[in-house]
Amino acid sequence: MTKLKVDGNEIEVPDHYTLLQACEEAGAEIPRFCFHERLSIAGNCRMCLVEVKGGPPKPAASCAMGVRDLRPGPEGQLPEVFTTTPMVKKAREGVMEFLLINHPLDCPICDQGGECDLQDQAMAYGVDSSRYRENKRAVEDKYIGPLVKTIMTRCIHCTRCVRFTTEIAGISELGLVGRGEDAEITTFLEQAMTSELQGNVIDLCPVGALTSRPYAFQARPWELTKTQTIDVMDAVGSAIRVDTRGREVLRILPRVNEAVNEEWISDKTRFVWDGLRTQRLDRPYVRRDGKLQPASWQEAFAAIKAKVDQTAPEKIGAVAGDLAAVEEMYALKQLMAGLGATSIDCRQDGAMLDPANGRGSYLFNTTIAGIEDADALLIIGANPRFEAAVLNARIRKRWRLGGFPIGVIGENANLRYDTTYLGAGTETLSDVAKASQGFFDALKNAARPMIIVGSGALTGDDGPGVLAAAAALAREVGAFADGWNGFNVLHTAASRVGGLDVGFVPGEGGKTFGEMASGGVNVLFNLGADEVEIAPGPFVVYIGTHGDRGAHRADVILPGAAYTEKDGTFVNLEGRAQVSSRAAFPPGDAREDWAIVRALSAVLGKTLPFDSLAALQRELYQALPWMRSDRVEPAGHDAILALADRAGSLGAAHLGSKLGDFYLTNPIARASKVMAECSRLAAGEKLQAAE
Amino acid sequence: MSQIAQTVRSLFLIEFAKAFALSMRYFFKSKATLNYPFEKGPVSPRFRGEHALRRYPNGQERCIACKLCEAICPAQAITIEAGPRRNDGTRRTIRYDIDMVKCIYCGFCQEACPVDAIVEGPNFEFATETREELYYDKAKLLANGDRWERELARNIALDAPYR
Repeated sequence: MTKLKVDGNEIEVPDHYTLLQACEEAGAEIPRFCFHERLSIAGNCRMCLVEVKGGPPKPAASCAMGVRDLRPGPEGQLPEVFTTTPMVKKAREGVMEFLLINHPLDCPICDQGGECDLQDQAMAYGVDSSRYRENKRAVEDKYIGPLVKTIMTRCIHCTRCVRFTTEIAGISELGLVGRGEDAEITTFLEQAMTSELQGNVIDLCPVGALTSRPYAFQARPWELTKTQTIDVMDAVGSAIRVDTRGREVLRILPRVNEAVNEEWISDKTRFVWDGLRTQRLDRPYVRRDGKLQPASWQEAFAAIKAKVDQTAPEKIGAVAGDLAAVEEMYALKQLMAGLGATSIDCRQDGAMLDPANGRGSYLFNTTIAGIEDADALLIIGANPRFEAAVLNARIRKRWRLGGFPIGVIGENANLRYDTTYLGAGTETLSDVAKASQGFFDALKNAARPMIIVGSGALTGDDGPGVLAAAAALAREVGAFADGWNGFNVLHTAASRVGGLDVGFVPGEGGKTFGEMASGGVNVLFNLGADEVEIAPGPFVVYIGTHGDRGAHRADVILPGAAYTEKDGTFVNLEGRAQVSSRAAFPPGDAREDWAIVRALSAVLGKTLPFDSLAALQRELYQALPWMRSDRVEPAGHDAILALADRAGSLGAAHLGSKLGDFYLTNPIARASKVMAECSRLAAGEKLQAAE
Repeated sequence: MSQIAQTVRSLFLIEFAKAFALSMRYFFKSKATLNYPFEKGPVSPRFRGEHALRRYPNGQERCIACKLCEAICPAQAITIEAGPRRNDGTRRTIRYDIDMVKCIYCGFCQEACPVDAIVEGPNFEFATETREELYYDKAKLLANGDRWERELARNIALDAPYR
């Protein structure tokens, strides 16, 4: 710890702090453009100048000077820093005047207007008028992809975007070329950016040089209603803020949650909002004479009742898709129990995860923040870059610190960090487990090894075997210690852990998702499962939001609410229960899904015992107490150790990620024009790579 | 004494003459009354009447959809939707509505406008028969601008030294 005085107040800060952080700690506000807590220090905007007593008689850049570098006074007095002296004021005014020399005066047409660092700081620390009469510099705009719009004249060369792509996203796509007045931010040969975290440069840009292209000119920040909620595009459960005007979602921004997403979100999370407007189901439909026709809720319910009444309970099934909240799965499960049906399943991807094995067998036990403590990693059958882009950034963060060997079994993909490719199939996993692979030693020698099993590797007949083998390997390399659990399952769907938690899996004699989809039941309740083709035969009741595959196959469509339109609990892959909030209302006659299930239960004569979401949640919390808080309850080692005992020999199977197209993984993304454009670009990139 | 004065005044019709002179004075004096639809009173350059959206001399709309007028409007009478223009992608209004029934003619919108696009013109004769006609849209406001441009430009020029 170092002691120093900031504006006369004595404080003590850790040695590695910069002056800027120390001043913040002391409550002094320091303006800055280039400094960012999560990026390396550049020190090129010079806005954070402060006066340091005893130093050279000039202002010092507080972001680039450590508290360690301060020298005490001649009689051992504490080093002193001033942030409000005339020297500092004059320095800030001077820097601001220089920054504004080439910054255009186009705030009225700038999308950053109203939430612009330069605008705010010019008001707070600048002078009121300009002395500059010469022509301003103009820079040509660059095309850097369909997501980020550039107005390069506005750039103040803070290089936050360059540092983000290089350090966090792990692909050097943006760079600063030229010097002095000729300096420009650009991509190599003006190619489109390819990172799936590129949207974050929009938030990082302190001015309006990089703005959101889909949101261009749509709204002003002061018109928007901000709702803090949770993302469901992947299983990470990133904290997001949904900005709405009227009924429409206009943009999605990240919130800071150190335990989950820090302050980054993936592009799918950020730009999926236009999919919430198109292809929406806004009224019930009933299939008559082979055609889906609009109907009233009563007619739709009557059609379901007629069919359910003449069907035996063992021929009734229910499946839950990737975006379902815990509440509606719980309600649907209760309804199915009321009907006496045991065929329920939430594992749309066919992953062989069973809550009967214990909670630890399907969680990301290390937790996302825990990745930073790991010192070796084996990825089995997963592509975290696409399956959980923000989590991948966390792995990269750990990797950058060094001493972190990463092995990959499965797809040999570019994960934005160096990996050791071990092999593609189950035989490699067996080899590693038998210690005949070099990487086994890397895991064995690590104090805190981590193993990530992708849910894609757990599909098929070998699924349980792969899970058990991974658990056995984890036990072998010592991934279970006091305060450390290195066994992780990487889910791809936001609803999966919640579904497994409420036990939305086949009961006694129940059929699995695959059996139901291939016609094993006569009546199938489909809670937004769109990724699997359902064979002709069953009478399908689809509860969902978009006119996607599930709705096309349905015999009755009950329009539900999307994730921005309902309050619902989502459990992320760590087992962290987080509650989303309603930002807008569902369109037309659409209702919240739990309410649909509740209404349907009354029609079917199996009325569920809750009339409000609060009552439902009360019941849910009684059954599953950990849903109440957003803390992660460690699942313990016993379940996984028991699982490891069951490890046997494995068949030959390829362990690949089963995600498919990153940009089109769910019905909302498939309805989004922006996502379609991204997908097209990404496919083009793959084609080029293949040539 | 007063008796005598009274008699003299009556005899010489002095009061009559005074009254006659007064009425003649007003008879020949210029009239305060305006023959309204045909004659109008003077209007200050700062008069805040009917709104108009102006164009640049080359015909391009001035409004850049910055939404400052919408933000400052105390009666929330202005509704704007913005978006990139089809041909060149510049920031333009897709919709610009003023509810003239809500408007309180405070003039904040023209004060807020960075490009002198929305102005309150000298026109005060825009009474309508129905309420709906007072919900102005962009076409109506631009038409107003085209119609009043000469007066609007003159008023702004006249007021410029005081700003």
